[in-house]
Amino acid sequence: MTGAGLRRAIVPAAIAAACLLPFLLSNFRLFQFTQVFIYAIALLGLNILTGFNGQISLGHGAFYALGAYTTAIMIDRWSVPYGWTIPVAGFLCLVVGFLFGIPALRLEGLYLALATFALALAIPQILKYFEHWTGGSQGIVLSKPDAPFGLKLNPDQWLYFVTLGVLLVLFVLAANLLSRRTGRAIVAIRDNPIAAQAMGVNNALYKSLTFGVSAAYTGVAGALSALAIAFVAPDAFNVFLSITFLVGIVIGGLASISGAIFGALFIQFVPNWAQDISKAAPWAIYGIFLILFMYAMPRGIAGSLRLVLGRLARASGGTRRAA
Amino acid sequence: MTRRSILALVLAAPLALAGLAAPVAAETVGVTATEIKIGNTNPYSGPASAYGTIGKALAAYFKKVNDEGGINGRKINFVTLDDGYSPPKTVEMVRKLVEQEQVAFVYQTLGTPTNSAIHKYLNQSKVPHLFVATGATKWGDPEHFPWTMGWQPTYQTEGHIYAQYVLKNVPNPKIGILYQNDDYGKDYVKGIKDGLGDAAKKVIVMEQSYEVTDPTIDSQIVNLKNSGANVFYNVTIPKFAVQAIKKAHDIGWKPLHLLNNVSASVDVVLKPAGIEASRDLITALYLKDPTDPQWKNDQGMKDWLAFMQKYYAEGNTKDVFNVYAYTVAQGLAQVLKQCGSDLSRENIMKQAANLKNLALPLLLPGIKVNTGPTDFYPLEQEQLAKFDGERWVLFGEIYDASKK
Repeated sequence: MTGAGLRRAIVPAAIAAACLLPFLLSNFRLFQFTQVFIYAIALLGLNILTGFNGQISLGHGAFYALGAYTTAIMIDRWSVPYGWTIPVAGFLCLVVGFLFGIPALRLEGLYLALATFALALAIPQILKYFEHWTGGSQGIVLSKPDAPFGLKLNPDQWLYFVTLGVLLVLFVLAANLLSRRTGRAIVAIRDNPIAAQAMGVNNALYKSLTFGVSAAYTGVAGALSALAIAFVAPDAFNVFLSITFLVGIVIGGLASISGAIFGALFIQFVPNWAQDISKAAPWAIYGIFLILFMYAMPRGIAGSLRLVLGRLARASGGTRRAA
Repeated sequence: MTRRSILALVLAAPLALAGLAAPVAAETVGVTATEIKIGNTNPYSGPASAYGTIGKALAAYFKKVNDEGGINGRKINFVTLDDGYSPPKTVEMVRKLVEQEQVAFVYQTLGTPTNSAIHKYLNQSKVPHLFVATGATKWGDPEHFPWTMGWQPTYQTEGHIYAQYVLKNVPNPKIGILYQNDDYGKDYVKGIKDGLGDAAKKVIVMEQSYEVTDPTIDSQIVNLKNSGANVFYNVTIPKFAVQAIKKAHDIGWKPLHLLNNVSASVDVVLKPAGIEASRDLITALYLKDPTDPQWKNDQGMKDWLAFMQKYYAEGNTKDVFNVYAYTVAQGLAQVLKQCGSDLSRENIMKQAANLKNLALPLLLPGIKVNTGPTDFYPLEQEQLAKFDGERWVLFGEIYDASKK
């Protein structure tokens, strides 16, 4: 079996397993997995920008917040059905991300990282400043949506399926985008911008667009998080969130689509395990986990899995030939 | 057995189990013959980790209770988790406590945004949300949120007290306000404005705010002085309170200085700011300050010190948060005592709303805990005090917000 063949078998199995989970797990566990999917969408967004396009962002928490507040304000102020707020949040973040991407073009590498970091620093205060809309530091309380059409699902199960559905759509879109011409241009800009330009790639346009798409993914994730948590407040979107996203894509695997899922599992569950191991110094334990992961899997979880799968495929191919 | 029927069985089994467990669980979740399980979240990490000592002191106090035989024969199993002061994490941790750990109730969860995030969830789940650790006003609303109860006097109450004092004692007052730009600061400002009533617009001559991330507040103090204010309403956390007291003194501004209770610690704020600069400050108190020499021979304070040494030796005995935790833990112990053998969630709420004239050793003399079916504000009394260069000298009557 080839690597692609293996993947073709694993993906449907994983989706089938994900669809069964709501009937096997407690509501609390489902809520945790819903959060994993939400993080995975955000991480995929950041990975498109940082992993594939090579632009480092330390400020994606700001787009996550923008998405979350778009949904919260639309539901709270205008009673818009929640389903409509998700694409609106994504579109708004696309536009804002694209516009932010234009001046950011002049900044490379670490300088861009600092500019986006400023965004992450500013967002909690900006949210407090527009108190009339955002509810200030008190935040906005929402209700969890019930399942429609009389489906016999509780709100946790329904939200899980909504999130899973959005995740699948966005992952398929990203896979299509990245495996074609556009994707090759995005990667070419990362690897050698001058060569890419010489090949006729419009670097400026592609970089801004990539920023916009990346922000849109993260914004959609933020919108879903507002629904899952049923509450938004500035304290939820501090600088640490943006750094957590960066940790997620590096641990999961840079420039890998499946890496977003592994990264999301890591940032959701490892801090909890660390707390279970030691109440006194959970972040020291977390740090040890981080170092161990980076030492054992320098290309992230997805990168290491790819290596293992590739070796397996080669081994089985080899035996077949021998036989 | 066909494959389908096996599958159906596997799927149905947990549902059937849940169905069986539900009616029993509804009555006394988290309670066995020998134990009662209590859930809590605290910021042990993150920007608000200074409050983490409250969770640790609570755990220490319940260990003491257990060493002394527990309450009505039951030991307290206090499960406290870190939420890093992040509302989404609080939701996750509290759901874990309620749904997985199956705690009897949630207690002393800390922070206004964090508690806001779980307010609705706990009330919908009908899980008591007792004695939340925040001074916001919205926790005492039994009509809409019958499962949530506050504890400490609200920031707005304190603002009222200062307003009354100013109106009575300062001829022709001009108030300048410095506040932290968040819910805590704004609640204090709302309190004094409500207390001043119609006079507020005329009397308040300037409002200045700062962000908790600002390095200094010097320019705000200069602006306030230049506004001609003769009353300084200082709504700042300790770090900025020290700066404000010092700066006002250095530039020769001598208003009537009202310092919020949040920063009333003698050792943490007044001494670092300078004894001369701190003289004649006025604040409102409800707890005994462990660094105030007037309580040195107080029996309650001695017992607290002994407790700290035995059960929480690494804790700071100058930190008023540890006094706070000790007192609120005693409040809960009283609720559980009153519950007797009926530890259903309904009865826990009923007894929490049935505290009558409960005096606790580290509350100021005369201040008592009172609740009722429509009164979900346990502590509503405070007394003004003036700093004489060494200690807080209490003066005037005990102000009672419930008698208004």
